[in-house]
Amino acid sequence: VAGLGSACLLVGLLTAGYAVFASVYGARTGSRAAVVSGRRAIYCLAALLVTATVVLQSAFLRSDFSFKLVADGSSTDTPTFYKLTAMWATQDGSLLLWALLMSLFSSAVLFLTRRSLREIAPWATAVLGFVAGFFLLLMVAWENPFTTLASPPAEGAGLNPLLRHPAMMIHPPMLYTGYVGFAIPFAFAVGALIARRTGADWIRATRRFALVAWTFLGAGIMLGALWSYSELGWGGYWAWDPVENASLMPWLIGTAFIHSIMVQEKRGMLKVWNVSLIIATFVLALLGTFLVRSGILDSIHAFGASTIGRQFLIFIAVVVLGSVALVIARLDDLRSEAKLDSLMSREAFFLVNNLVLVGLCLVIFWGTFFPLISEAFTGEEASVGPPWFNRVTTPLALALVALAAIGPMVPWRRASRSGVMRVLRWPLAVMGLTLVGLLVLTDAADSPPALAMFCFVALVLTVVAQELARGTVARRTITRDPWPRALSGLVARNRRRYGGYLVHAGIAVLFLGVAASSAFQQQRDVRISPGESFRVGGYDVTYERPTAAIGSDSAGTGAPISFGAVLTARRGDEVVRLHPSRNFYPSQDASTGPIGRFFEGEATSEVDVRWGLRRDLWVAVRPDIGELEPAIREANAKFSDSADDIQALVIAAIVERYRKDPPPAAFRGIDSPLVSWIWIGGAIVLLGALIAIWPSPEARIRRVSSIYAARLGKELTRA
Amino acid sequence: MDPRRKRKLRLFVALGAAVLLAGALVYTSFSASTQASTPSELLASAEPGRSYELTGKVVDDSIEKDGDRMTFRIRDRDGRESLPVTYAGVVPDPFREGREVIVSGELKGGTFVAERDSLITKCPSKFTKDEQSA
Repeated sequence: VAGLGSACLLVGLLTAGYAVFASVYGARTGSRAAVVSGRRAIYCLAALLVTATVVLQSAFLRSDFSFKLVADGSSTDTPTFYKLTAMWATQDGSLLLWALLMSLFSSAVLFLTRRSLREIAPWATAVLGFVAGFFLLLMVAWENPFTTLASPPAEGAGLNPLLRHPAMMIHPPMLYTGYVGFAIPFAFAVGALIARRTGADWIRATRRFALVAWTFLGAGIMLGALWSYSELGWGGYWAWDPVENASLMPWLIGTAFIHSIMVQEKRGMLKVWNVSLIIATFVLALLGTFLVRSGILDSIHAFGASTIGRQFLIFIAVVVLGSVALVIARLDDLRSEAKLDSLMSREAFFLVNNLVLVGLCLVIFWGTFFPLISEAFTGEEASVGPPWFNRVTTPLALALVALAAIGPMVPWRRASRSGVMRVLRWPLAVMGLTLVGLLVLTDAADSPPALAMFCFVALVLTVVAQELARGTVARRTITRDPWPRALSGLVARNRRRYGGYLVHAGIAVLFLGVAASSAFQQQRDVRISPGESFRVGGYDVTYERPTAAIGSDSAGTGAPISFGAVLTARRGDEVVRLHPSRNFYPSQDASTGPIGRFFEGEATSEVDVRWGLRRDLWVAVRPDIGELEPAIREANAKFSDSADDIQALVIAAIVERYRKDPPPAAFRGIDSPLVSWIWIGGAIVLLGALIAIWPSPEARIRRVSSIYAARLGKELTRA
Repeated sequence: MDPRRKRKLRLFVALGAAVLLAGALVYTSFSASTQASTPSELLASAEPGRSYELTGKVVDDSIEKDGDRMTFRIRDRDGRESLPVTYAGVVPDPFREGREVIVSGELKGGTFVAERDSLITKCPSKFTKDEQSA
């Protein structure tokens, strides 16, 4: 069966090559047949890659260890859900996922544009085929996911325990969908440049794809943060790790892109800027994929030099040089159709917002690659830590949230200062009240940046509420609908606009959580015995008793042993029980002994969080199993040749000993205010984005009626 | 002021601001950065009282725990030279012998005394295949 998979990849590579060739030929000679054939080759590629993926996934499901990938990343005792998702835990598997998503997205966009964009689409097809071809080449030549083992092992190594978390399994495909999605507008931008059709057509055709990509990438980043918070035992959600940064950078530039294309659609300005932004977004997406694999920067994600770092670098260089040369060659076609009338206009605010977003990205880029920069200049590899990132990004984030409030209130072309002030009268008043309230009632003033952020958040939320209210009132006077109906009708008829407002509100809520939790969270690390207590934030936490369990890991990750603790936290009248634990996965290392290998392998924290709208109480436990060592050593010697069930009994006895006679355990407790609002804000952003993406009924009616009109026209000319 | 001069002035101000900001970025990053050194680099040229980030691999069979404190040795990524480290505080999940770690602290009398909770373990990547067999 592995042969079928490999064959799919090889044929896929040839198909991608054919798609490039046929499309370029068709575009140059004007042969429609060649163009259609090139497009169909992409559909064909999608079918081939779906087949390859099915082959690989069924091997995972069957635990067919003759596949090297399955033997390395799965095992018979890996839960089914994690078997299905283990594909993208490996480098070869994630390349296949990339190529699969790429071919599916390309097919979708080429199908949707098959009747329009006749000049641009063939070139875009060629670009998409070229990118997909690169990934197929990587797999065919260097990293074949269908490599087989001559002598398959009886049992696989299993999936890395750290990755056994639902969010972690959805996070990579989401990020990849985002990365790949940005390839679509990129390909059409390049196509538009080559064909010298630099109007807004390519933007209108791919705008929705850019939004989908943006949404997926954002959701992927959020899931990564959630995983970090609830699975990694350190208690934070963002560490400015190079790979996190690598996913944030294309998202930031993508955000700038979906804002600034509105200026091109409305006013025909910023053309060079827009193509540059989408090129940068795609290159950063490639860079993100590359960083995960290259090992050139120290990161929690990537280690061990990969075999395909150099190929990636060459590909990125080709994309950058090719795109830049193309933009320069087409500068004449990219001239603005209009001039900026005034600095007090929507266009100007979009421009400022773009500058802030690009600035933010540049700052993060600088910090991420600082080790390389510093080595180049001083010969010493030095790095900047999270404090530096926090310091330099805070002012930009503040500016961004303030712009999210003011920007949408400024009219196009030219606005009077007094008009804008009139619209912002109420929001500014609410912001002032918030400031006074926070100063009087809370100690928010201890952190000026957080205080400023709270005020701007209030500003954004009031602006959005005011816009919704104004629109609803206006609609009610026309349609005489009841209030809820007027509101839903308003949003449904202007999805892009009100979806966008909702995204702004969600981002504001998210920053509320970020500002509060980073400025006011309290953390304690202690080492205590049962019966003892510690204090973190407003909570008194008591270590009641230890827990020790075999084969009953509640999260379903397949861990055989878990040690934990029962804690009681009190805060005034509120009493909370918490059950953090730590899972131990058997080591494959034979030197640890037949019993010892169950205790010496990977261990992961199963943290317990008391989620709350006002505050989260987060605890993790680190049991000290050092005291069990003599017993383990003894058991290793005595029972090394015993039957499996005897060994299981011995392990159970050792585990029981921990529960009966517990040594002190280390705990980390975090009292983090408002941190839940990060996830709530993320959900609001997602909702807003979905509203903006969803085709509006009018657009559908327009499309249908235009098809009828075309048909009618055809009949009439025939008659 | 005529519009052309106004535009020129505006461009000039914007460029100046950009240069200033870029300068600030460069300055803060170089002054805030900490240098990561390998054991052999530290042994060769460590200044007393200066804080360093030590990076390398944990030497096999070198971890000794004593309650909250522990000691271990860190060696060069591909070399022999190693340094003893004393550390207290939170130990990250993936910490193991043979793993790459970073820890901050200073060199005192031949021993690297680490700051509390400064230990970072570089995770065996989900993309490296041979980690478990190694």
